[in-house]
Amino acid sequence: MKLLRMKYTKWFQTLKNGISSQNPILISVLGICSALAVTNQVENAIAMGLGVTFVVIASSSTVSLIRNFVPSKIRMVAYMVIISAYVILVQMFLEGFFPTIAKNLSAYVGLIITNCIVMGRAEAYAIKNPVKYTFIDGFANGMGYTLVLIVVASIREILGFGTWLGLPVMPGSWINWVVLSIAPGGFFIIGLLAWGLRSLTKTYEE
Amino acid sequence: MERLWDLFLASILSQNIALIFILGMCSLIAVSTSIKNALNMGVAVVLVVTLTAMINWPIYQLLILTNTTKLALLVFIITIAATVQLLEMFIEKFLPKVYNSFGIFLPLITVNCVVLAISLFFMNREYTFAETTVFAFGSGLGWLLAIVLLSGVRIKMKEISNIPKGLRGRAISFIILGILALAFFAFTGIGSA
Repeated sequence: MKLLRMKYTKWFQTLKNGISSQNPILISVLGICSALAVTNQVENAIAMGLGVTFVVIASSSTVSLIRNFVPSKIRMVAYMVIISAYVILVQMFLEGFFPTIAKNLSAYVGLIITNCIVMGRAEAYAIKNPVKYTFIDGFANGMGYTLVLIVVASIREILGFGTWLGLPVMPGSWINWVVLSIAPGGFFIIGLLAWGLRSLTKTYEE
Repeated sequence: MERLWDLFLASILSQNIALIFILGMCSLIAVSTSIKNALNMGVAVVLVVTLTAMINWPIYQLLILTNTTKLALLVFIITIAATVQLLEMFIEKFLPKVYNSFGIFLPLITVNCVVLAISLFFMNREYTFAETTVFAFGSGLGWLLAIVLLSGVRIKMKEISNIPKGLRGRAISFIILGILALAFFAFTGIGSA
């Protein structure tokens, strides 16, 4: 009974929107540059996903906190400064603790700043809502993004390299699908996933 | 000179910023609904990318001198936002005709990752000023090429083919882009970055 009631709370709706019915990558088609570029290995996808999740949560919450003090004319610049401060934090963290991942992701970590999801959530949600919902919204969108990244990366790594998180999973006679380990593979997999999720949730475009 | 020519060709074809490095996808997919819009957006990107790279390069040298390269990201994004804003005001005031055709795309460019990426690439690859300018201009042209190709194919497909419901609109662009990217792999070996 309690679970049933949960379905109708704002918390649950916000969470569900971010992860499936308004999934940032597959439905809204936002933040796909990094989703395509870093997903040839699961390890990179996880790092990128968590990095973006952290930046979305932190920057949305900050924007929400100061939403009553920032004049609307300069809000864009304010977002930029807030977001880049957190991105620099993520970059320094990765360089300090996970130097190999930082090297693999190279410029793409810095490009979280221009990831439309981060800016989009600040403008579409955080500027109008109190901190507690903004936090959930940031978490849901970050997770929606991370999940898609991990799924895409798993498919690409298993078929393209025959491994998962670096462990061999395919039989020895497996011939790697090289096309999935290079850029076009990302396009095909995300296109097919978008087709699947859109058919399931019946969100069609003209 | 030869080195610059190599870099120019590479940044348009074999190292295409949109199809090989997969950058600037949001606006690439959102604006490619008609060839005219695609062309205007592409021209705006060429302009902004070249200009901001030329401004960011001397600023980066200053950051190296003062040993504050950690702040490069923050400084770059502010320069880019300011340049775009100034450019928009300038074009609106002195070239109203041009403004009407692609003025609305200018603010979008601030969040186009191509612009920031070019600045980060010249930083990582330690280019000289001449190399940076050529690389930025070439990458802009490469992006223009990609968006015009994509919008051409999308419009043709909308007219003549029967696309499954779930793939219509933005989803089919992924498949088209994938095929285009495969085709661009054929340019491997032309020029060097």
